[in-house]
Amino acid sequence: MIEVRNLTKHYGDKHAVNDISFTVEDGEILGFLGPNGAGKSTTMNMLTGYISSTSGQALINGVDILEDPIKAKSFIGYLPELPPLYLDMTVKGYLNYIFDLKKCKLPRKAHLKEVMDLTKITDVQERLIKNLSKGYKQRVGLAQALVNNPPVLILDEPTVGLDPKQILEIRTLIKKLGRNHTVILSSHILSEIQAVCDRIIIINHGVVAAHDTTDNLSKNVSTDHRIIARIEGPKDEIVRALRDIDGIKYVKADMEREPGVYEYELEAVPGTDIRRDLFEIARRHDWPLLACRSAEMTLEDVFLKITMGEGIVIPNAEDQADAKKGEKA
Amino acid sequence: MGAIFRREIGAYFTSSVAYIFLAVFWIFSGFFFFQSCLSLATTDMSALFQSMFLICIFVIPLLTMRSFSEEKKQKTEQGLLTAPVSLGEIVFGKYFAALVLYTIALVMPLIYALILSFFGTVEWGIVFANFLAMFLLGAAFIAVGTLISALTENQIAAAVLSFVALMALYMIDVINSYINISFINTILEKLSFYRRYYAITCGLFNVSTIVFYISVAVIFNYFTIRVFERRRWS
Repeated sequence: MIEVRNLTKHYGDKHAVNDISFTVEDGEILGFLGPNGAGKSTTMNMLTGYISSTSGQALINGVDILEDPIKAKSFIGYLPELPPLYLDMTVKGYLNYIFDLKKCKLPRKAHLKEVMDLTKITDVQERLIKNLSKGYKQRVGLAQALVNNPPVLILDEPTVGLDPKQILEIRTLIKKLGRNHTVILSSHILSEIQAVCDRIIIINHGVVAAHDTTDNLSKNVSTDHRIIARIEGPKDEIVRALRDIDGIKYVKADMEREPGVYEYELEAVPGTDIRRDLFEIARRHDWPLLACRSAEMTLEDVFLKITMGEGIVIPNAEDQADAKKGEKA
Repeated sequence: MGAIFRREIGAYFTSSVAYIFLAVFWIFSGFFFFQSCLSLATTDMSALFQSMFLICIFVIPLLTMRSFSEEKKQKTEQGLLTAPVSLGEIVFGKYFAALVLYTIALVMPLIYALILSFFGTVEWGIVFANFLAMFLLGAAFIAVGTLISALTENQIAAAVLSFVALMALYMIDVINSYINISFINTILEKLSFYRRYYAITCGLFNVSTIVFYISVAVIFNYFTIRVFERRRWS
């Protein structure tokens, strides 16, 4: 279990991370989302004891990383942004070194084989790390984090540089590991976080901008009263007709998608279902309604809105303090 | 500490560092051996051991330049500093690896003494005292070089700075001779690396010398640990 309380890091006047708090339960996968330079890596570096915090506390399985660093670190498997690989060693030699470094008590051969099989690097074990492709290097990096089977895994952008097939494999692996490990995963690839994580923290300018479960996060900002319709017919007339719908807030014609066919963005007051009215208008005027979909926001939109400072208020019953920060951001 | 020590030793030999270091050390010591013993047909090795001081100044930076600078450059220090080991284990693991390689290099002067013993009488007591003095001198110098390597991520910068630092330690006596303030003279005399070393090459062995060199080694390794602690807190 990981507990982070009011973690703050200042570099001179610059606030790299400001007052971040969250908890990750056992067997949970937390996604850390944010644009580059948001403070993701800084937070992870504080959690793993690479750098110290200016104030606040980070507890790994109840052990403060600053008070008993060696014990706290022994609970963590860490894959930094750049895997700490010694290029002049073979994969096997390197993992043996990590095994010794972590003072691992597990049966050496069996454990290393298990780790190499999990990360699918068994076939390159005799090769020098400097001759490996980026994808393999990343997997060796993940393998070193798994040595000694630590209960907490902190992975900083684990799928960077991998091809789509490898990304899928690593995601499946992380999901599998998530069942009996506590995992923190950072990424700026949203689909990845959405696919793997139970809970998401969006971090921007060093503060938590949003903190919720993956489902809630997309649900809370999704808007079922927003519809995108593709209608064939005279643009201006259609816009005028749509504006007459009860409870409509605005109608906007988008670009011409096909000859004589435009997409219209409609937004009604929340809680109004305008789909039937829309159909009715199209039928009455004999305008073929070619497509109609709810303009539900993807996590991508949420992320962009939050990080571009467009200000979405995300209700968060769990953590009022975080919600306040979300409003600010 | 064992894991770091073994990896360092391995890295010395998989890179060319160990071979270059040993070759340079043995070539120069061989040259001085020829010049001061063989060509003069004497078993008095004091001149050889005196010149070893200078060789150390040149070759020890080769040994320590990559210790921490390379880790920093390749970002592997992040792996070390987040592993469940203390800073002391990291610093001493690397330090002892360099010291062991240096000790391997020191075997050569012993072989020279062995060669001389076939042709004349060798004062083994003095030879071993000198061997010990060289070991202690190296132990102190390696600690200085390790500290400097922890301060930069450029190997060349580490090597040049270490060379300058060791040269400065060597020149304490020279600097001292230009100063005319008696209490500073006394302090610098006590701090002189060469004066103590020279005394041993002449056969004057002193326990305070052992304590002096070991203290220097411990203090500089402690500084290295502090450098990492400070960096973490900055």
